[in-house]
Amino acid sequence: MANPDTPLLPPPPGPSTVTRRDVLKGMAGVAGLASVPALLAACGPGATPSTGGAGASAAGSGGSITLGSNYSDEVPKKVLQGIVDTFTKNTGTTVKVNTVDHSTFQNQISSYLQGTPDDVWTWFSGFRMRFFAKQGLATDISDVWAKVDSKYGEAFKVGSTGDDGKQYFIPIYLYPWAVFYRKSVWAEKKYTIPKTFDELKTLATKMKSDGLIPFAFADKQGWPAQGTFDILNLRQNGYDFHVALMAGKEKWTDPRVKAVFDKWKEILPFHQEGAAGRDWADASTTLLQKRAGMYFHGMFTSQQFQTAGQADLDDLDFFPYPDFGTQYDAEKALDAPIDGFMLSKAPKNLEGSKAFLEYLAQPATQVTWVSQDKSNIAASKDADTSGYSPLQKKAAEVIGSAKRITQFLDRDTNPEFAGPNGMQAFLLDFIQNPDKDLAVLQKKIQDFWDTL
Amino acid sequence: MTVATTTAGRIPVARRRIRLPRIALYAFLTFMAVTWLFPLLWAAFTSLRPYGETLRNGFISFPSVISLDNFGSAWTRGEFPQFYLNSLIVTVPAVLLTLLISSMVAFAVSRFSWRFNLFCLMLFTAGNLLPPQVIIVPLYRLYLLLPIPPPLSDNGLLYDQYFGIILIHVAFQVGFCVFVLSNYMKTISRELTEAALADGAGVARIYWNVILPLCRPALAALATLEFTFIYNDFFWALLLMKSGDRRPITSALNNLQGQFVTDTNVLAAGALLAAIPTILVYIALQRHFISGLTLGSTKG
Amino acid sequence: MADRVRESTAPALPDQQVGRAGVAVSEPRRRRRYSLLTGRDKLVLALMVGVPLFFDIALIWGPTVASFLFSFTNWNGIGGITEKNIIGLKNYESLFTAYQFFWPALQHNLIWLGFLMFIATPLGMFMAVLLDREIRGTRFYQTIFYLPVVLSLAVIGIIWSLQYAPEQGFINNALGRTGNDNLIDWLGNPDLNLWAALVATSWRHVGYIMVLYLAGLKSVDPALREAAKVDGASERQTFMRVVFPVMAPINVVIVVVTTIEALRAFDIAYIINGGKNGLELLSTLITNNSISESSRVGFGSAIAVILLVISLGPIVIFLTRMMREDRR
Repeated sequence: MANPDTPLLPPPPGPSTVTRRDVLKGMAGVAGLASVPALLAACGPGATPSTGGAGASAAGSGGSITLGSNYSDEVPKKVLQGIVDTFTKNTGTTVKVNTVDHSTFQNQISSYLQGTPDDVWTWFSGFRMRFFAKQGLATDISDVWAKVDSKYGEAFKVGSTGDDGKQYFIPIYLYPWAVFYRKSVWAEKKYTIPKTFDELKTLATKMKSDGLIPFAFADKQGWPAQGTFDILNLRQNGYDFHVALMAGKEKWTDPRVKAVFDKWKEILPFHQEGAAGRDWADASTTLLQKRAGMYFHGMFTSQQFQTAGQADLDDLDFFPYPDFGTQYDAEKALDAPIDGFMLSKAPKNLEGSKAFLEYLAQPATQVTWVSQDKSNIAASKDADTSGYSPLQKKAAEVIGSAKRITQFLDRDTNPEFAGPNGMQAFLLDFIQNPDKDLAVLQKKIQDFWDTL
Repeated sequence: MTVATTTAGRIPVARRRIRLPRIALYAFLTFMAVTWLFPLLWAAFTSLRPYGETLRNGFISFPSVISLDNFGSAWTRGEFPQFYLNSLIVTVPAVLLTLLISSMVAFAVSRFSWRFNLFCLMLFTAGNLLPPQVIIVPLYRLYLLLPIPPPLSDNGLLYDQYFGIILIHVAFQVGFCVFVLSNYMKTISRELTEAALADGAGVARIYWNVILPLCRPALAALATLEFTFIYNDFFWALLLMKSGDRRPITSALNNLQGQFVTDTNVLAAGALLAAIPTILVYIALQRHFISGLTLGSTKG
Repeated sequence: MADRVRESTAPALPDQQVGRAGVAVSEPRRRRRYSLLTGRDKLVLALMVGVPLFFDIALIWGPTVASFLFSFTNWNGIGGITEKNIIGLKNYESLFTAYQFFWPALQHNLIWLGFLMFIATPLGMFMAVLLDREIRGTRFYQTIFYLPVVLSLAVIGIIWSLQYAPEQGFINNALGRTGNDNLIDWLGNPDLNLWAALVATSWRHVGYIMVLYLAGLKSVDPALREAAKVDGASERQTFMRVVFPVMAPINVVIVVVTTIEALRAFDIAYIINGGKNGLELLSTLITNNSISESSRVGFGSAIAVILLVISLGPIVIFLTRMMREDRR
């Protein structure tokens, strides 16, 4: 599979000086934080999706579309159903939601898309999106984008564009990967947020002596460890190298990659044991039960806390991964995966599907979503953030101030490379045998890449 | 010492003396039986305890609360009625079709000598022994290509259709059933067929009215076996069906594992709920199971 | 001769009409019976065999051949297969020399086979021998050992995960190893998880073999055992010298069944972790490569062909036995 020559990720802003223009251009998320008052005026509390004009589209009354959804967990599933019901109420177009288990959906995406996919399907931004668009398994929705263009920051548009310059994806929300912790536990043990990697190590040591597991950790599904790799690589070697590595332009045998694994080895002893057999949700529970001090994960880990109760959810906080003391710290890079929807290659109801996508692009729709599923923040820059929970506000702030964002390893690179018999396996091998010869591991990875 | 055993079966139970080897045998068997049942019993035990209670008291502890809540939870959150229905829609027709088709083939192959008798038999049997993964990829492609008319398919294909799953089950299971039934039918005297043919009966009539009733024991045995095999299958529906709400219960368990990952007790309840139909069928029709498995393999 | 033996071991059917005087008549094979079959009869028979045969070929053997053909391409499922997709033996080359998961998977399949063949199957046979005696409750014991066989492997996977879970599973809790520093990671540790999966599989396999063997034991002519006892043979000698050899056909079936089960192993590994980190199997490699997010149809088919070739061994043995049986 040839790799695209165009960069996979939002283009970097101009040189050194941080101007407001740069801040607006290069990042995803709520760039308009500075203009929250203006937003408040624009999207009043009573704003309904239909005012966006989606309802008046050519779908007309009646008709139906099908939606393939990987929202199998209870909270998102309910939220999606609510969104869908509102759409039906406004336009009369019924939506049949086909829910498949989250990881099964991804595992079978190729056969699903080649077979008889639903009209609309949930998916992710990044290479993973362009990969399938390139194979002709998605429909060009540049016309929908033309209508909703103003609602998104430029980085989102870039993230929704395929290799051919056309848009294929409608972003709906995103979330940061950061270090989560319980405020009450930290207050009790008098921990402070570490600003540098060394401070992080010191903190971890202290936590261990206090009887806490410093880092909750789970990697049974194989992808969680990729988050750690991403952030360490971004801090150690910078965004450009990371992007190039994902695209295959840099080699995994590069000494810079070794430096990343070396850094990982320094904190691996502080991670929860038995990670290879643990599900990410169980690691989340470890944090919830106050047995672990920190959990580096995506913000969807808060779903466990949301289910446990408001008190627990209020107790949850996070901080961005600490700095390494290199010039890349200024990038404030992090993984902030964007989830959204796409159109399959030959939807039965093209008009209805496009209307649905347009509806999803409305800031108000997205705000409805994230007000119920508080583990994400809306993708639209016009979204009304006044109703955000403290966690969401912080997420918007962190993502907003990041100069570079990435989509996560398995979304930024060739899916054949990132899968269970691929990168997942290599990282599992590393975390269980960190002291084995790194050169051998690196060569294995590079050799595998070369076979694809 | 060996005197008693040479006439095993002839000495009435009451007169047998209890001897050490016998005690050892019973002890061993009891130990094995308990060990064997344990995982199932543990799952049942866990499923009867609310999750919070096990967190408080630990998993190995005397339960302070017993309830069926987990089952209720699994039933509704796991959408069991829908999945049970799916399993039923796939399993019952598949079993009936399999028995019908394999009895026909067995009939033709065992009652009459054709040149290719053996070859056919071998083809069918080998088809049953093949690992399904060998053919899944081309089969998937085939399912996307074959046009199928409306009553059998609502999207024009075999993919994502109950009919598609039924079809592959039948194709796979026919081999085993043909093998068993043809062996069984060979024990039915040829005289019968001869006589009926001489009387002017057509082969179809002979099949339906003469041979099939005689095969009832074998058919019953196979029906119970096939019900279990097909109901328990996990693989075909996983890959040949995309609609989450059409998958049979066993393939849906994969979903449940993800959904209930942090709620072990509900997961245990869900697994048991999925297992109940086959356990019930087994306990009720145990006799047939054993004879079904052995009909095919003990000839000769 | 063969007919008579078969008749005597056939289950007694209440309404079976045994032929004249209850004696099987061995007819000369070449007696022309075709005169009794009408043209219509022949058509019906042809359909009875032909239609199922057609479906069997279309759904099983056709795809088998297709897998074979796909393995010579680098097709990824999109669009048609063109000239430039045909790459000859490159997939196999890559598989044997470059693909890092192939040899471990093959090794795991062989370990699976070894475990089943030398531990699970003998245990099943042993239990059958034990239960073949006149003891009270033999039916009860049979029920218990056979119960796992009627459970889906998906269910078995979940039941055993309740045993193996690191902090909440029975085994670790019983051993007191649930703390962060003394966990036993049954399912995550690549040195342990294959054995953990094998124990779960054997839980089912033993019952299956037990029932097959038990039926075989029960069909052994009691007269043989009598004769051995009269000659003064001990139980063990009777079994080893008389019963076991007579059960040769059953033994072959059991060996074949065990081998096929080992090669087909998929469900438990897939349910545990999708077939990675110590649980790679040929079957999971096929699905992970060609029907998952990755759609390397050609490459996956090459693995499928390897699996097919290995499976042909036991299949051919079984078929040969069938042929020999038929000739007798």
